[in-house]
Amino acid sequence: MVRNGLLALLLRGPMHGYRLRAEFEASTGTTWPLNIGQVYTTLARLERDGLVAPLGEADAEGRVMYELTAAGREEVGRWFATPVERQSRPRDELSIKLAMALMTEGVDVHAVLQAQRTATLRSLQELTRLKAGADEVTDAAWLLVLEAMIFQAEAEVRWLDHCESRVSALPARHATPAPAADHEEVPS
Amino acid sequence: MSVLELADVVRVHGSGETAVHALRGVSLTVEPGELVAVMGPSGSGKSTLLNLAGGLDAPTSGTVLVEGTDLGGLSRAQLAAVRRRSVGYVFQDFNLIPALTAAENVALPRELDGVRMREVRRESAAALEDVGLSELADRFPDELSGGQRQRVAIARALVGPRRLVLADEPTGALDSRTGEWVLRLLRTRCDAGAAGVLVTHEARHAAWADRVVFLRDGAMVDETGKATPVEALLK
Repeated sequence: MVRNGLLALLLRGPMHGYRLRAEFEASTGTTWPLNIGQVYTTLARLERDGLVAPLGEADAEGRVMYELTAAGREEVGRWFATPVERQSRPRDELSIKLAMALMTEGVDVHAVLQAQRTATLRSLQELTRLKAGADEVTDAAWLLVLEAMIFQAEAEVRWLDHCESRVSALPARHATPAPAADHEEVPS
Repeated sequence: MSVLELADVVRVHGSGETAVHALRGVSLTVEPGELVAVMGPSGSGKSTLLNLAGGLDAPTSGTVLVEGTDLGGLSRAQLAAVRRRSVGYVFQDFNLIPALTAAENVALPRELDGVRMREVRRESAAALEDVGLSELADRFPDELSGGQRQRVAIARALVGPRRLVLADEPTGALDSRTGEWVLRLLRTRCDAGAAGVLVTHEARHAAWADRVVFLRDGAMVDETGKATPVEALLK
């Protein structure tokens, strides 16, 4: 993502590393802070792959400008044209926690769901406060990033609501008992 | 003084075997400047709570105070007066009167309250200005977009001395961007001193509130309270 982000920034014209970092953070509202080392390692890799090339000598402060090569230009075009694949998150902690809560006797799955919902709503409130203070025009890029997080949080709440109605519809005492050996009854 | 105070409110429909406990001891206080969102699955008691807050229904036990007035002790006429002067509703389907202009719709509760016409017009114009609709004051509802109609409804809910706005799924009939502007407006009106209760099933809209309370089976199960500082979230 950093790699493609830097390539996209270089479409605007040649830049050195510090400028690239500043522009990246300006576009994404410092959601993903970059350290300068990361920028230079990425640039080195892009140069190795023939996607960017240094432009002239280092300036008085030792900074080298980089520009896109033709291959680099093609690569950015491909990036913009290709949809991002949904990440599969087979080890998503929340899903695992809910599955475990459902299958473990003595754990109140409704309480687990509610605790998560309250926490997610709280972050949604914070994100909304940030959004309320942002300027529609000057912060347009930052707003896009912010709204991505807002819609993701909203999706999580909707999913939790769905889980809740699913769990509520289950017959009582669905939980699988733990192995019989040394098993103590947990009152539900 | 709180604009709305529900104390240990219980509402039971019917009795005996078939009694339905719509609310089981809910307490909620809304201060001026505060917007509170209520979320919960259908049948959790959200609408009952809103109806009790607006004096449209009476609790089986517990008290409802609107601007310090206990609704339980009022005659039918007194209750109607509190509803006209203190409480405004905003519904999903706007509920504007089609034969009246935007300005006349906003003015209606004040007219019904017997306020002098000149004063009514002044209040209606001020309320429309607060929602940014001054130029459209003479339009009829069917000449307005959905978002504009909802802004008229918000102006009506807060015309004159009215300070409590009860919104029941106000964005249900609007697209995502328009819905967001309605929430922004509710937020702005509350920041200007109104008190709002917003019933919604959309988390993204509830998030404009200062507090989100969760109802389940007629009881309040949780609330977000004061949120964590911004910095903590973006680490």
